[in-house]
Amino acid sequence: MSLTIPTVNLAAIGPELALTVGALILLLLSLGRYRRSTGLLLAVALGSLAVAFALVIAAWKAPVEAFAGSVALDRFAVGFSLAILSAATLTVLLSLNELERSYLLLADYYGLVLFATVGMLFLASATSLVMVFVGLETLSISLYVLAGQRRTQASSLEAALKYFLLGAFATGFFLYGVALIYGATGTLQLREIGTYVGTHGIFGSPLFAFGVLLLLIGFGFKIAVVPFHMWTPDVYQGAPTPVSGFMAAGSKAAAFAALVRIVFVAVGPTVVNWTALLWVLAVLTMFVGNVLAVVQDNVKRMLAYSSIAHAGYILVAIVAANDLTNSSVIFYVLTYTFMNVGAFGVLSALASRDKEALDVHELSGVGYQKPLLGLAMAIFMFSLAGVPPTAGFMAKFYVFSAAVKAGYIWLAILGVVAAMISVYYYLRVVVYLYMREPDGETTAWPRLVPAVGVALGVAVLAILGMGVWPGSVMGMLRQAAALL
Amino acid sequence: MSPQHYLVLAGILFTIGVTGVLIRKNALIVFMSIELMLNAVNLTLVTFSHFMRSPDGQVLVFFSIVVAAAEVAVGLALIVALFRLSGSTNLDDFNLLKW
Amino acid sequence: MNDFTPVLLMFLFVAFLVLFMLGLSLLLGPKKKSAVKGEPFETGMVPFELPGDRFSIRFYVIALLFIVFDVELVFLFPWAAVFRQLGWFGFAEMLVFIVILALGLIYAWKKGALEWE
Repeated sequence: MSLTIPTVNLAAIGPELALTVGALILLLLSLGRYRRSTGLLLAVALGSLAVAFALVIAAWKAPVEAFAGSVALDRFAVGFSLAILSAATLTVLLSLNELERSYLLLADYYGLVLFATVGMLFLASATSLVMVFVGLETLSISLYVLAGQRRTQASSLEAALKYFLLGAFATGFFLYGVALIYGATGTLQLREIGTYVGTHGIFGSPLFAFGVLLLLIGFGFKIAVVPFHMWTPDVYQGAPTPVSGFMAAGSKAAAFAALVRIVFVAVGPTVVNWTALLWVLAVLTMFVGNVLAVVQDNVKRMLAYSSIAHAGYILVAIVAANDLTNSSVIFYVLTYTFMNVGAFGVLSALASRDKEALDVHELSGVGYQKPLLGLAMAIFMFSLAGVPPTAGFMAKFYVFSAAVKAGYIWLAILGVVAAMISVYYYLRVVVYLYMREPDGETTAWPRLVPAVGVALGVAVLAILGMGVWPGSVMGMLRQAAALL
Repeated sequence: MSPQHYLVLAGILFTIGVTGVLIRKNALIVFMSIELMLNAVNLTLVTFSHFMRSPDGQVLVFFSIVVAAAEVAVGLALIVALFRLSGSTNLDDFNLLKW
Repeated sequence: MNDFTPVLLMFLFVAFLVLFMLGLSLLLGPKKKSAVKGEPFETGMVPFELPGDRFSIRFYVIALLFIVFDVELVFLFPWAAVFRQLGWFGFAEMLVFIVILALGLIYAWKKGALEWE
C-alpha cells in the first residue's frame, strides 16, 4: 500500500501556529514565578498576536491553500482574520482593568484567549467540514472556560454552564448535519460538495437537504440567529465583561466567515428556497433582537440583544448573494469588532472592585465625571446605532445596498426600520451619560489603566477612520470578494 | 446488514438525546444526553464511511471523540464548580440571569 | 441461521442455568434470618459506609485527566497503522503532538491536579 502525503504548507496555518506557540508559552509561564509579571505576559500575548497579524497580512499578497484542500488562507480569510485578530488584541488590552485584575489568573486567561483565537482563525480559513468542526470546537471550548472566569461568582458560572450546554447541544446538530451531508455526497471538502450540488441540486436527495438544515441550525446557535438566540443575553450578561465583547465580536466574525464559505462554495447561492429561509431568519433576527433590546436596563444585556440584531443585518448581505456580499460582510464584521468590543471595554473600564456599573441608571452623569470614557462610549453607541459619520453607518449602508442591488428591496426596507428601533436604546445610553444627574452619592470611578485607554483610543480611531474614509477600506475588501 | 439498520438506530439514539436535553432538568443528565447525540453522529459517520469505502468519515469520528472528551472535562468542571457554589445541579435553580 | 445464532443460544443457556441454580437453592436451602445477614456483603468485613455516599472530589479530577489524555491517544492508532509509510516526517509530526500533550500533563501536574492530599 502506498500512501500519498498531502501537501504540507505551514504558511497556510502560520498565524495559528504563532498563536499556539504563544499560548503554550503563556501556559508554561503560569506555572513558574513569572506568572504575576503582567508586563511579560502582556508582551508574550501581544507578541504572538503581532506575528499572526504580520503573517495574515503577508498572505494578502500570496494566498495559499494546503493540506489537501482543507485550509485556504485566501483574501477572504485574510479579511475575517484581521477582524478576529483585532478583537483578540483589544480584549487582551481591555482585560487589564481593575475588576478583572482582582480575580484573573492572567497567564492562563491570555492562553485561553489565544487558543480561542486559533479556533476562530481556523474557521475563517477552513475549506473542509472537518476543519470547520475543529475550529468551531477549539473556539467554543475555550470560550466556555473564559465565560466562567469569575469562579466565585454564581452568575458567571451560570452563564458558562448555559453557554456550554447549549453550545454542546448545537454541536450535536452541526455534526449530525455534517454526517448526513457526508453520507449524501461522499466527501467533506466544501468544493466537492459544491460539485455535487451543481449536478444534483440541493434537493437531489432528502439526506442532503436535511443535512444542510441541521448544519444551519448548528450555525444558528453559534451566531445567535432567532429562534436559536435564547442563550445569548444570559451568557453575555454573566460572563466577564471583556470576554462578552470578545465572544460577541470574535466568534461572530469567525462563524460568519465559515457560514459564508459554506453557503457560497458548498451549497450554492442560486437555490431559491434556501435564500427564502435565510430571508425569514434575517428579518426575524433583526426585529426580535432590536425589540427585546429596547426593554433592557442592564447595558450588558442590552448589548447582547443588540448583537443578535447585528447578526440579522449581516444575514441581509448573505441573502443578497451578489458581488457585494463578501466585502460588505467583512466590512460589517470589522466595524462591529471595534464598536462592540469598545462598548464592552468602556463598561469594564468603569467597573471597580466594589461596584460594577451595569445598569443604565448607574451611568448617569458619567460623561462629565469621566469625559474621555463617556466620549468613547457615546461614539461606540452612535456607531452601533448607525449614525454618520461613524463606521457603523457605512457598514449598514453597504449591507443594505447589497440587498437592494440584488433586488431585495423589502428586505432592505425592513432592515432600515429595524435599525430605526435600535436608535432608541443606543441613544438612551448617551442620554444617561450626558443629560441625567447622578442619583444618590457620587461614585468614585476607578482610574483609567493606560492599556485600556490605548485600546479604547484605537477602537475609536478605527471607527471614525472607517466611517470617514470607507472607500479605501472597501476598495481593498472588494478584492477579497473575488477570490473565494 | 444494510446501512439503513445502523442509520435508523443512530437516528433513534440522536432523537433520544435531543429529547433528553429538552425535558430533563438535571445538568448532568442533560449533559449525558448531549453525549448520546454525539455518539449517534459517530455511528452515522462510521456507517457511511464503511459502506462508501471512504476513510474521511472515520477521520472525522476521531476528531469528534477527542472533542467530546475535551467537552466532558470542561463541562463537568463547570457543573462541579457551580455545585460547590449553589449546592444544586438542577437547571431550574440556575436563574440569576433573567429579564 | 446467521452469525448471531450461537450468541443467542448462549444467552438462553446462561439464563436457564442462572434461574435453575437460584430456584434450586430457593427450594432446598435452609432459611434463617438475622440482622447481620441483612447487611450488604463486603468481603466479610463490616461495612462502614453506605454505597450511595458521595465520592471524594479528588477522584473526579484524576478521572477527568485520565479521560482527556486517554482519548487523545486515539490519534496514535491510525498513525501507528501507517507508521512505516509515513517515515520520518510522520514521526516528527507525532513527536510534536506528544510534546504538546506532555506540556498539558506538566501543566496539570504543576497546578497540583495530581496531588492527593
